[in-house]
Amino acid sequence: MSPQTASTTLAPQSPAGGGGLPRLLPPAGLAEHLRRHGPVPYRGGTGALIGDVRAAGLTGRGGAAFPVHRKLEAVATARPGRAIVVGNGAEGEPASHKDEALLFAAPHLVLDGLQLAAEAVGARRAVLYIRGDLRERTRLDDQMPERYAHGLDRVAVEIMSAPGRFLAGEESALASLISGGPAVPRFTPPRVFERGVDGRPTLVQNVETLAHLALIARYGPGWFRAVGTPDEPGTMLCTLRQADGSASVAEVAIGTPLADLLDLRAVSAVLVGGYHGAWIPAAQAAALALSNAALRPAGAFTGAGVLAALPADRCGVVESARIIRYLALESAGQCGPCRSGLPSIAAAMAELAAGGPGPHVLRDLSRWAGLVEGRGACHHPDGTVRFLRSALNVFAAEIGQHQQGRCTAASDLPFLPVPAGPSTDADWS
Amino acid sequence: MSLRVNPIACSGHGLCAELLPELISLDEWGYPLIAGQPVPPGLARQARKAVTDCPALALRLEPAQKERRAGA
Repeated sequence: MSPQTASTTLAPQSPAGGGGLPRLLPPAGLAEHLRRHGPVPYRGGTGALIGDVRAAGLTGRGGAAFPVHRKLEAVATARPGRAIVVGNGAEGEPASHKDEALLFAAPHLVLDGLQLAAEAVGARRAVLYIRGDLRERTRLDDQMPERYAHGLDRVAVEIMSAPGRFLAGEESALASLISGGPAVPRFTPPRVFERGVDGRPTLVQNVETLAHLALIARYGPGWFRAVGTPDEPGTMLCTLRQADGSASVAEVAIGTPLADLLDLRAVSAVLVGGYHGAWIPAAQAAALALSNAALRPAGAFTGAGVLAALPADRCGVVESARIIRYLALESAGQCGPCRSGLPSIAAAMAELAAGGPGPHVLRDLSRWAGLVEGRGACHHPDGTVRFLRSALNVFAAEIGQHQQGRCTAASDLPFLPVPAGPSTDADWS
Repeated sequence: MSLRVNPIACSGHGLCAELLPELISLDEWGYPLIAGQPVPPGLARQARKAVTDCPALALRLEPAQKERRAGA
């Protein structure tokens, strides 16, 4: 795949021209960026941009879809002058490449958004937190002096490397790392927007969210709302993983039918959201659109924009067992129920995947799911349980086969990406 | 007020479940399962004792129905 480029099915068009797509992804170095969008449209004061963000209805694109203006307001009013803003490009989700694609194609939209967010909350410190390998490959460090030379940035941007762990982008883990600790979640409250990096009010926004912010500041909330749905306006970046094994990043209007994004022929199920997301049977997915309103009744949510079509010749039980084992290994191991429960769940799923387990396995899985849910300091157990339950539902027939010692899959090649090699305790910084 | 455990600090001593069995039981790994309802007035003293006696200082009494999180 080439995550560096947008899906070529979408023709570039100037964002100023209306609802044309893509808005974020047309590649632009600094000169092209300035020609296309002009300099950073500072508003001249704390809070000045927040009304436009509220009117645009922008929500966080890191997965939680939390209203951006509410975070901005919370940080702007917390302790004036003490705030810190962080652009989050940790992209710990192995199936997602959308932050990577954005940072390659349009880093200056992200950096403009970081400046605008800093102005909006009155922050004097800005950090761009990106996965270490992305930091190197995008050469972002080399691009900063050019911005300074053009006088674009009012707040110096510090680039920091995120460890390549699933939870590295979790807000409190991010705040811990930037404060000099390991990138592991902490118990909340206090929430990060109250007391985050170095105990200061900290605004954390996904890098894609910042890029949208940079466009809203220029073209306004009406322009932003020209695509998307009234309740979920705008576009979002999606990583599309087709059943033929190809993958691409596309910028998609929220509300687009999933069938327009994925080729659902010879597909058994679609994973929506990411590894904390949910499986949906392909027949059901074919009738759904990419929005939280449409996906919620199916038990799914847009999340970080991962859409993966599982080929019909693969085994959903085996795939799910691999991912759950990965998620169990990615537990920070701080909370007892997660530390004890996820390995138990992963082992039971491995038994199911191998075939011929006793009838106790499904009972154990159901009980353990209930025991870990809601009992972590972060959402890792909850997201893992969401994924597990969707797998048990969607692949129920295949699980029945496995209990008889059979697997209907024609291929046992792994489909969804799971990072190679075990993580170690030393990988949290 | 309601009880909440800090799952990072909790190391599964289980003392809380002995002091307040009406509201706290232990899961199969030894970690506390806390009844979601507010602490009834009749159990307030035991609840406070469970909080102060927790060897890991992992138990809290919090105002009930506090919003948990602002999202990521």
